[in-house]
Amino acid sequence: MESILVLRNLVKDYAGHRVLNDVSLQIARGGFFSLVGPSGCGKTTTLRLIAGFEQPTAGEVLLNGCCVNHRRPYDRNVSTVFQSYALFPHLTVRGNVEFGLKRRRKPDVLARARKALELVRLSGKENRYPAELSGGERQRVALARSLVLEPDVLLLDEPLAALDPGLRKQMRLELKAMQREVGITFLLVTHDQDEALSMSDRMAVMNNGHIEQVGTPEETYLSPRTPFVANFLGSVNWMDGIGVRPENTRVSYEPRDGCSRRAMVTSCVFLGNCVHVVARLETGEEAVAEIARGNGTFRPGDTVHIWWNPADELSFS
Amino acid sequence: MRRWLAVYAALAFAFLHLPLAILALFSFNRSRFTVWEGFSLRWYQAAWRDPQLAEAAGNSIAIALAATVIATLAGTACAYGLWKRGSRLLTAGLYLSLVTPEIVTGISLLALFQWTFRWLDWRLGMHTVILAHVAFSLAYVVIVVSARLRTISPTLEEAAMDLGATEWQAFVHATLPALAPGILAAALLVLTLSFDDYVITSMVAGVDSETLPMVIYALARRGSSPVINAVSAIMVVFFGSLILLSERLAARGAR
Amino acid sequence: MSRLRPWFLAPAWAWWAVLFAAPLLIVAAYSLLTRGAYGGLSRPWTFENYVRVADPLYLAILGRSIVMALAATALCVLLGFPLALFISRSGRRKNLYLQLVLLPFWTSFLVRLYAWLFLLRDTGLVNTFLRSAGLIREPLPLLYNNGAVLLGLVYGYLPFLVLPVYATLERMDPALVEAAADLGAGPWASLFRVVLPLAAPGIGAGAALVFIPCLGAYLTPDLLGGGRTVMIGNLVQNQFTTARDWPFGSAVSVALMAIVIALLALLWRKAKNPL
Repeated sequence: MESILVLRNLVKDYAGHRVLNDVSLQIARGGFFSLVGPSGCGKTTTLRLIAGFEQPTAGEVLLNGCCVNHRRPYDRNVSTVFQSYALFPHLTVRGNVEFGLKRRRKPDVLARARKALELVRLSGKENRYPAELSGGERQRVALARSLVLEPDVLLLDEPLAALDPGLRKQMRLELKAMQREVGITFLLVTHDQDEALSMSDRMAVMNNGHIEQVGTPEETYLSPRTPFVANFLGSVNWMDGIGVRPENTRVSYEPRDGCSRRAMVTSCVFLGNCVHVVARLETGEEAVAEIARGNGTFRPGDTVHIWWNPADELSFS
Repeated sequence: MRRWLAVYAALAFAFLHLPLAILALFSFNRSRFTVWEGFSLRWYQAAWRDPQLAEAAGNSIAIALAATVIATLAGTACAYGLWKRGSRLLTAGLYLSLVTPEIVTGISLLALFQWTFRWLDWRLGMHTVILAHVAFSLAYVVIVVSARLRTISPTLEEAAMDLGATEWQAFVHATLPALAPGILAAALLVLTLSFDDYVITSMVAGVDSETLPMVIYALARRGSSPVINAVSAIMVVFFGSLILLSERLAARGAR
Repeated sequence: MSRLRPWFLAPAWAWWAVLFAAPLLIVAAYSLLTRGAYGGLSRPWTFENYVRVADPLYLAILGRSIVMALAATALCVLLGFPLALFISRSGRRKNLYLQLVLLPFWTSFLVRLYAWLFLLRDTGLVNTFLRSAGLIREPLPLLYNNGAVLLGLVYGYLPFLVLPVYATLERMDPALVEAAADLGAGPWASLFRVVLPLAAPGIGAGAALVFIPCLGAYLTPDLLGGGRTVMIGNLVQNQFTTARDWPFGSAVSVALMAIVIALLALLWRKAKNPL
């Protein structure tokens, strides 16, 4: 599959500080791609370089095979959904959605706008002003405003961050469905690993201005290439240099052959859908075993054995 | 304590407002002395018919309009430029021009004009007054417009450019709608400042560019003509309304 | 922020250079010249004018200006603080009262000064009223003295103090006064021990906003002081018109600007390290 967006050795310096250090990425046409990492890792900067609000210090941004480094934002066929949505407060919903069409002098403005609003399920609210809408509705206007222009890539900057937690889960499914329906390449930037894992076809984990790993969600979660990726995408029990995820960590009173360690239970936390047994090993390290409800009760102070399947050990090349 | 404060405040407000109120009241006095002798509009009629006043008023209006247009446009551009890319030096310079005593501004501009007259075949006149008014009022425009700009998100222009607008279109469609009340408020401010100015104007005005404040000053110096009362009352009412309008506009939509 | 073409701020710089910096530089240059025979400018270049500024006669004027400005500032603080306090505690009517303070200020400075002339001159309202009431026989010399100028300065610049003090009081957490009461402080005690110290930055800013214009005042001492109360502003104006001694007037202006800039620098540093 050809790549619609290629980042080649991107470097970005800000006031003497290197924010992006040799970032390269290839994003295939028509998929849902996520860029995930902690605050300050450079993911938003990468997005702004793609959109054209900043120029790279070195490296190239290629859209559809052409280098667009020096093209202004209005000359690039990418569109951004901003974290704050950036809706024009003095225009109605329809006015906002039609904005880009009018600037680019596209025909059938009314019809296209109507279709875009149907896609985001906001038909009937065309004449409202952004101030009269809820957060979720505003986000949908921002989506419609960008999608109506049929960009090569839709850039989303932490689109779910401003929503209530309940709405967030629902919007994840809606965004995914929307992407499949319109077929446009989505590039999502987020610090929430659950979002990235649940929505992406492929994802890249960033840290400190460089990319640690690119792959499908399964690949990056089950086979993290660096300890950072392992820690960022989920929890890890580090036991004497060996990493095992809590859901693969077992605990029992009886000793086991093979990969097993003695430990003392420090607490037993009921989380509703599962139980976390926290135990301290003889090395002083703490391990968390995730067990189903009703699989035994472990009391603080009990001596137990922590064991796991060696196939579940995380190893880094 | 509340009661004491209220009493004091009432006295303070009286102190601030009574002089003007009394002035306005006596503009309707039939007599030219400070003894009330009945209600009359004669001073307003005298003011209306006075040719010197009429010419001065006309000059003041023309100067104020010209200075307003120029200062508002230049000041808005300056505020916009500072908003996008700050300049500590320019901001400091603007503040310095604000605190410079008026008399110093006046004489320094006079010195500048006299110096340029060696090369240009110019004299002191309406154009020098207009230039001087633009000079001292620009900083005010920048302050008012900058305050308004600070309430506008810069992301809006980025969003506009992202959607296909050029830099100028982004300004017009994304920023200007929210900025317009601030620009208007600044313009009204310049109008008032320019119309009312005496000190700077007196230094750089020519023979043909006498303004209303200059006439009022001359009359006030010479003696007490109730005509001034009438003119003053008109100015107070006119500018009071203008400033109220300006503040209403500046506050509008600052949600 | 997105890019801005480099020349965008050029007109602003041009304004500043041509209409602000250049005039002041010319004045500074003139201060080093000599008065010509008919009032123009001539060589030689000299520091004579600055030496003359240090003459006791002119130092007295400078001294008087500083004293007047200080007195006006002190009065504005004394009279303005309670007013600002009142407005900040007026709930819904805050904005109305604020408008009432600002409104006279914006309606023609000249007219407001003339209003006092109308009231205070020998044939003015106050004297006429007192005479007709039989309280005095001769008119009181209320005008053309330091007191009248002081009155005019306070009247003119009071709003300059009320505004910043009000802004500071407005931002103050009301819970602080409640906490003081909770700990046993009566209204006067909490005023002096809690409100006043916290309002100090606002008072400082307001005092600066009053002092600096008062120092360079021209119109107020000119109209209300007659020829008798001469402040620096009057001196400068006089040298550029009647006396036609531009070099000396320029030197005085430079001295005045130096004081203003020094005060500003002090305030700038204070604002950066508020201690």
